[in-house]
Amino acid sequence: MTELPLLGEAIAVAAEPRLAGARIGVVTFPGTLDDRDAARAVRLAGGTAVELWHADTELGDVDAVVIPGGFSYGDYLRAGAIARFAPLMSRIIDAANSDAKLPVLGICNGFQILTESHLLPGSMIKNDHLKFLCRDQVLRVENNATAWTLDYQAGQEITIPLKNQDGQYIADEKTLDALEAEGRVVFRYVGFNPNGSRRDIAGISNEAGNVVGLMPHPEHATEPGFGPESLDGIGGSDTDGLGFFTSVLTKIVGGDK
Amino acid sequence: MSIETTKKFNIDTVENAAKTPDTELPWAELGLKQNEFDEIVKVLGRRPTGAELAMYSVMWSEHCSYKSSKNHLRQFGEKVTPEMKKDMLVGIGENAGVTNLGDGWAVTFKIESHNSPSFVEPYQGAATGIGGIVRDIISMGARPVAVMDPLRFGAIDHPDTARVMHGAVAGIGGYGNSLGLPNIGGEMVFDSVYQGNPLVNALAVGVMRHEDIRLANASGKGNKVVLFGARTGGDGIGGASVLASESFDDTKPSKRPAVQVGDPFAEKVLIECCLELFKGSLVEGIQDLGAAGISCATSELASNGDGGMQVELTSVLLRDPTLTPGEILMSESQERMMAVVKPENVEAFEAVMDKWAVEYAWLGEVTDTGRLIITWDGEVIVDVDPRTVAHDGPVYDRPYARPEWQDGVQADTFTGSVQDAGRPSAPAELAAAVTELVASPNMCSKSWITDQYDRYVGGNTSMAFPDDAGVVRVDEETGLGVALATDANGRYTYLDPYHGAQLALAEAYRNVATSGAVPMAVSDCLNFGSPEDPDVMWQLAEAIRGLSDACQVLGIPVTGGNVSLYNQTGTTPIHPSPVVAVLGKLDDVARRTPSGWREDGQAIYLLGTTAAELDGSEWANLRGHLGGQPPKVDLEAERALGEILINASRDGMIDSAHDLSEGGLAAALVESSLRYGVGARIALQDILDRDGVDLFTALFSESQGRAIVGVPRSEEVRFTDMCKARGFAHARIGVVDAASGKLEINGVDSMPLDALREAHEGTLPKYFG
Repeated sequence: MTELPLLGEAIAVAAEPRLAGARIGVVTFPGTLDDRDAARAVRLAGGTAVELWHADTELGDVDAVVIPGGFSYGDYLRAGAIARFAPLMSRIIDAANSDAKLPVLGICNGFQILTESHLLPGSMIKNDHLKFLCRDQVLRVENNATAWTLDYQAGQEITIPLKNQDGQYIADEKTLDALEAEGRVVFRYVGFNPNGSRRDIAGISNEAGNVVGLMPHPEHATEPGFGPESLDGIGGSDTDGLGFFTSVLTKIVGGDK
Repeated sequence: MSIETTKKFNIDTVENAAKTPDTELPWAELGLKQNEFDEIVKVLGRRPTGAELAMYSVMWSEHCSYKSSKNHLRQFGEKVTPEMKKDMLVGIGENAGVTNLGDGWAVTFKIESHNSPSFVEPYQGAATGIGGIVRDIISMGARPVAVMDPLRFGAIDHPDTARVMHGAVAGIGGYGNSLGLPNIGGEMVFDSVYQGNPLVNALAVGVMRHEDIRLANASGKGNKVVLFGARTGGDGIGGASVLASESFDDTKPSKRPAVQVGDPFAEKVLIECCLELFKGSLVEGIQDLGAAGISCATSELASNGDGGMQVELTSVLLRDPTLTPGEILMSESQERMMAVVKPENVEAFEAVMDKWAVEYAWLGEVTDTGRLIITWDGEVIVDVDPRTVAHDGPVYDRPYARPEWQDGVQADTFTGSVQDAGRPSAPAELAAAVTELVASPNMCSKSWITDQYDRYVGGNTSMAFPDDAGVVRVDEETGLGVALATDANGRYTYLDPYHGAQLALAEAYRNVATSGAVPMAVSDCLNFGSPEDPDVMWQLAEAIRGLSDACQVLGIPVTGGNVSLYNQTGTTPIHPSPVVAVLGKLDDVARRTPSGWREDGQAIYLLGTTAAELDGSEWANLRGHLGGQPPKVDLEAERALGEILINASRDGMIDSAHDLSEGGLAAALVESSLRYGVGARIALQDILDRDGVDLFTALFSESQGRAIVGVPRSEEVRFTDMCKARGFAHARIGVVDAASGKLEINGVDSMPLDALREAHEGTLPKYFG
């Protein structure tokens, strides 16, 4: 539909064949940047990536949706503020709130779009140091019961890239208290808060746990040799983000792995 | 037809020009010389119209016509051997050269300068530098896949440096990050010679299938000419305001920015839109609009094709309806492209535009008349042979001569100079010297800069800064990829332009080979002072001669690049700074060699020999000395070293490799240790005995053709046998010590990695926050 894969159509994947039946939609807005990367991550996890276009009026046959990173519409207004009004977003909002509870993952700009869409509370403002920051970031998985974190251990520390300009998560105290109380803080920054986010929050979920948003980029830590490589020392993993995608695929096809 | 809007101007038509030969024209204000204006009159057989004058003045400018350097640049073509040509699909002269990667893949890359705009307005100057070079890559039919940015600023502690640094880095990040292009490397040099004239160069690389290669030409009579992307505004119009006499309307905005303003979102959409056009084979020829805007695009497309084009200028979509024809022709508004489309593809072309919500305007069509005709509401305002605009500009044989001061500079060697007093020799002094070196402005960690760039986007970045070269995967199935490095040393080139330029090439070549890639092609950005100064002209001539000779020895061709002249503050030129980019190929990026060692117990080897070469070095720079002769160039040795590094990478004989350049062995040992935070124990006695140098010299000399490598124990015999068989100097200088957390060098006080890291990484934050 929209993707022009001069690069990267074919990654041979030897994952479990039953997962390939799971179809994960990846949305492209004008200005989306990490859509190919998210689609690649879905394939590497063993699923089938389906390209979705912002102007589509139907969601089509997908079992989950990833809203990838980038600068939708240039983010000249407020990150995610325009993308939220795309026709496809209405379908995604409906599906996420429906009884079927469509799993939705918002990464970086996708997270910003999810807060603008009110699928998730709070908002992102400019990093406290006012600069774009790209680094390998350690996160703690605080909640491993969401659709996107089932394959992690609670309390597990993972390292995935972070890269953004407007990554400072803010919400009022009442909202923050509620998120904490309900276990909806899914990821927290460990060791270094890269943007001044309240309570070191890196990612959150909705009440049902099907909608998850985070600023760091799990899709950039799914393939050996292309993930975080500056792990200080030796023996670190550069595919810590793969669990996001295997989690949702496992949930979709059902049963134990 | 909107008579009301267009009749605002006293249109200077061709007919009018023929009738009024004596009308005074502001050619001098537009930067033309008397002889150049006379030449235009001769070519046309009459005085030019205002619009024609605008076109000639920008296209015959130094920036667009290479009039001072053309006679010298020829050598890049003349010295190309058949061997160098074998992988070249498109050579110099197009928007960017194209090199064959095999398996049906091709790669295109180019480096360009955006120096003066980046001084005037650092953020937009640097941002649009990225934008412009990326459009050059798209114009070839390629998907851009990465960018790099060699930067040279004034003294680190000068108050104005922070303004330029913050702006340029934020601009490169703000634009490049928004395009989804990983920034995989570059350079950072501080020197007061760049205080009033920073160098902001930008490189972009793109990949395509062979069948997707596009050229900038307008062929096929009757094919339609379309302008698409951003609207045309008043930005980037330098001298055009003097043409305001065309207008009798005083409601125009009085002051226009001479620096273009970028919109990365528009460019990102333009990239996707163009790739969709290429995929559907919907364009016959395509050209980006950069310097000289529509003047350049129409004249180049027409002269490279069937030779004729007819364009109606009032069809151009404007951001500012008060623009005069001359201003429209000269505007450098960003994010615009011009294409040639067959009539039967017009509908499909428009569908792609509509899908991406990109504005477009059909301006005219290709003709076979050999004339570029531009009309304004049907009245002819330009009627020229497009070749005379685009290709037959003036060419100057500028006088040049070896500067009188050159001998004096070369005689002033560092060793024994006043600045050399108290040279470190005791273990504590040497440790302090190593720490001072790696914390110095030019040798410190660049992560303050590179952390502001997205290196991950695309998911194909296999290596990026601080490794020796940036490596990007091209084919996910096979792992085929490219490596890129850029280098220049203005200090070396000041001491000896011929060899200094060769040293830049040698280092970039070595960096690419160090990553494990086979060097294939060169792009260069020649940053120099005024060509009207015979000293500078000599530097330029020598640098081009040196570079073209060296390319021949190394067997890799220059496929494109850019010349930036008049880089000076007042009458003081910058150091001659030929920035050289080398592109290499890796059959499988999984084989790339990172710059740091990781595995305990691995042997560390030093390849190459060390001489007492401290002139022009970073150590001499730290002591405030610049004189003598730069390190000796031995291109055959570079080639031999490259082959060893490439073979060792391919056959899995080495796990790390780092080239020795600025800062010598001392800098390389620290960088390889800090890369993964893994220490080492080093003993250099064998080197001192073999090469006849003292410990200080072994650590700080900048002798060329050297690298340090980490060799797994199981591979040591195989690796040393290979070096022996090739007769290349190699010596085991130490071992990786993962537990120690220190860099220990016999004869130098032990250096904890934590302290080295603090020194190395603390410098840029200290100055720039």
